[in-house]
Amino acid sequence: MKSRDTHWGWIVGAVLILIWSAFPIVWILSLSFKQPGEVIGGNPQFLPKNWTWSNYDYVFSIPLFTHALVNSIGISLIATTVGVVFATLVAYAIARLAFPGKGLILGFALAIAMFPVASLVGPLFDLWRNIGLYDTWLGLIIPYISFALPLALWTLSAFFREIPWEMEQAAQVDGATNWQAFRKVIVPLAAPGVFTAAILTFFFCWNDFVFGISLTSTDNARPVPAALAFFTGRSQFEQPATYQAAAAVIVTIPVIILVLLFQRRIVAGLTSGAVKG
Amino acid sequence: MTTTLERPPKAPTTKVKVELSDRGRAERKLGLLLSTPAVVVMLVVTAYPLLNALYLSLFEYRLTNPEGKTFVGLRNYQVVLTDRLFWTDVANTFIITVITVGVELVIGFGFAMVMHKAIFARKTLRTSILLPYGIVTVVSAIAWKYAFDLQSGFVNQWFGLGDFAWFSHRWSSLAVIIFSEIWKTTPFISLLLLAGLAQVPGDLDEAASVDGATWWQRFYKVTIPNMKGAIMVAVLFRTLDAWRIFDNIYIMTAGAQQTESLSFLTYKQTITRTAIGLGNAVGVLLFLSVVLIAAIFIKGFKVDLSQVRGGK
Repeated sequence: MKSRDTHWGWIVGAVLILIWSAFPIVWILSLSFKQPGEVIGGNPQFLPKNWTWSNYDYVFSIPLFTHALVNSIGISLIATTVGVVFATLVAYAIARLAFPGKGLILGFALAIAMFPVASLVGPLFDLWRNIGLYDTWLGLIIPYISFALPLALWTLSAFFREIPWEMEQAAQVDGATNWQAFRKVIVPLAAPGVFTAAILTFFFCWNDFVFGISLTSTDNARPVPAALAFFTGRSQFEQPATYQAAAAVIVTIPVIILVLLFQRRIVAGLTSGAVKG
Repeated sequence: MTTTLERPPKAPTTKVKVELSDRGRAERKLGLLLSTPAVVVMLVVTAYPLLNALYLSLFEYRLTNPEGKTFVGLRNYQVVLTDRLFWTDVANTFIITVITVGVELVIGFGFAMVMHKAIFARKTLRTSILLPYGIVTVVSAIAWKYAFDLQSGFVNQWFGLGDFAWFSHRWSSLAVIIFSEIWKTTPFISLLLLAGLAQVPGDLDEAASVDGATWWQRFYKVTIPNMKGAIMVAVLFRTLDAWRIFDNIYIMTAGAQQTESLSFLTYKQTITRTAIGLGNAVGVLLFLSVVLIAAIFIKGFKVDLSQVRGGK
């Protein structure tokens, strides 16, 4: 009797988790297929009355969205690549080399992870305007790298702890230099960790809104989350709801693909830094 | 090593030592070299702007009147700290943080237990719970905004609330903001708790069960104490994350109906920039509040951050 109760409890819990995760996604998907006129009368139904692709046609026809999409993809990929390379170098140094300031670097990274980003955007805004980085890709790539670094650094440190470093020493005994030992022996072993750090970093960059809205002013560098805030209806009598929903669905697709493909790695990466493995 | 000691003193021990320290020096150099790019980029984006904010906060400085930039000491802080808007925003930030973290901890624990005990569909559950985590915060804010919206939403219809305008009142707006934040970030906390649950020794729980402990007693006396570290780390990170809430508020109310958070106030003051000096004073206060919270957690609750750092 008791075990059957817990069994049912588990099933209810599992169903709740599935609904929790899927419901808002189904809702935004439904909204993106509604006709703009359907969301101004009040009391609309959950699913579209007349399904339409027109919202998608529209968002792909406006530079506000298409440029933003290109910006988001380009900036996120560059920031992820550079950030993960930087984080890998540091994590390797911390795991393997004796040098002063390790604790300082880790502590500093930790402090940045807790940093209230909003208190920096004002001064960064000034600085970027003075040196010409305002409203450019680089102007977003730099802050993305520095704020995604801590997460990448912990993930990598946790992974690097599990690597059998004797193999590197063996390579060094055989006459390989530090650099060769690193590249030929450690990199292949570390690749899964690096990949996990890359996914988490990409999520961070893809998600950013504070920097995106503060440090850009045109299609030149504005990423999608910031662009979503600027959506308007096609006329003043239209709500932007259905268009925003279509754009929102499009930027959610990469997230869903990454989650479906790399679920295990993401979970491992998220928890490795927080709990002793 | 013993063989070295047995060698005649003629043996070049000093040379070995020099080699080691050469190697040590090279290692030191390499270590610093490898760390440089990351440290530099982190410093550029944090240390300099923060010092700059601190400096500017000491001036009466409006962009509309750059010539009139004058040193005023701590007066901006005095102005901010005696302003009712600032305290309203502190209250909002505090309420949002306490409620979201509290509710997330309870729901997150529930989710973690379900995933921990997963009989089947383990992978499906973890995959689905990662969706809210991965989704762009602005997208989540848009989804929930239009769900509650009078024109486009279904919430009022489903729950028979007639034409209640959620975003026309302070408390109902805050409720929706909190709701969307909870939806998006509960998965993070539940995954951390799940990892913590995996560390609770199963035999301990079993022993307590054999001794006749009820479910609640086992949970309270065995499970919780054994994963205290994971809980505290999860709460610390979520608290500081909730404290800087910005995206949801920007999308849902843009700060209307007195729903601004401290981050939103800072953004508004420094980027919309009526008064740079004042805005930076708010930013510095926001920064100090985060330092204070972190200090309370680390000193007061003894959160062991060496766990987080990936150190031993």
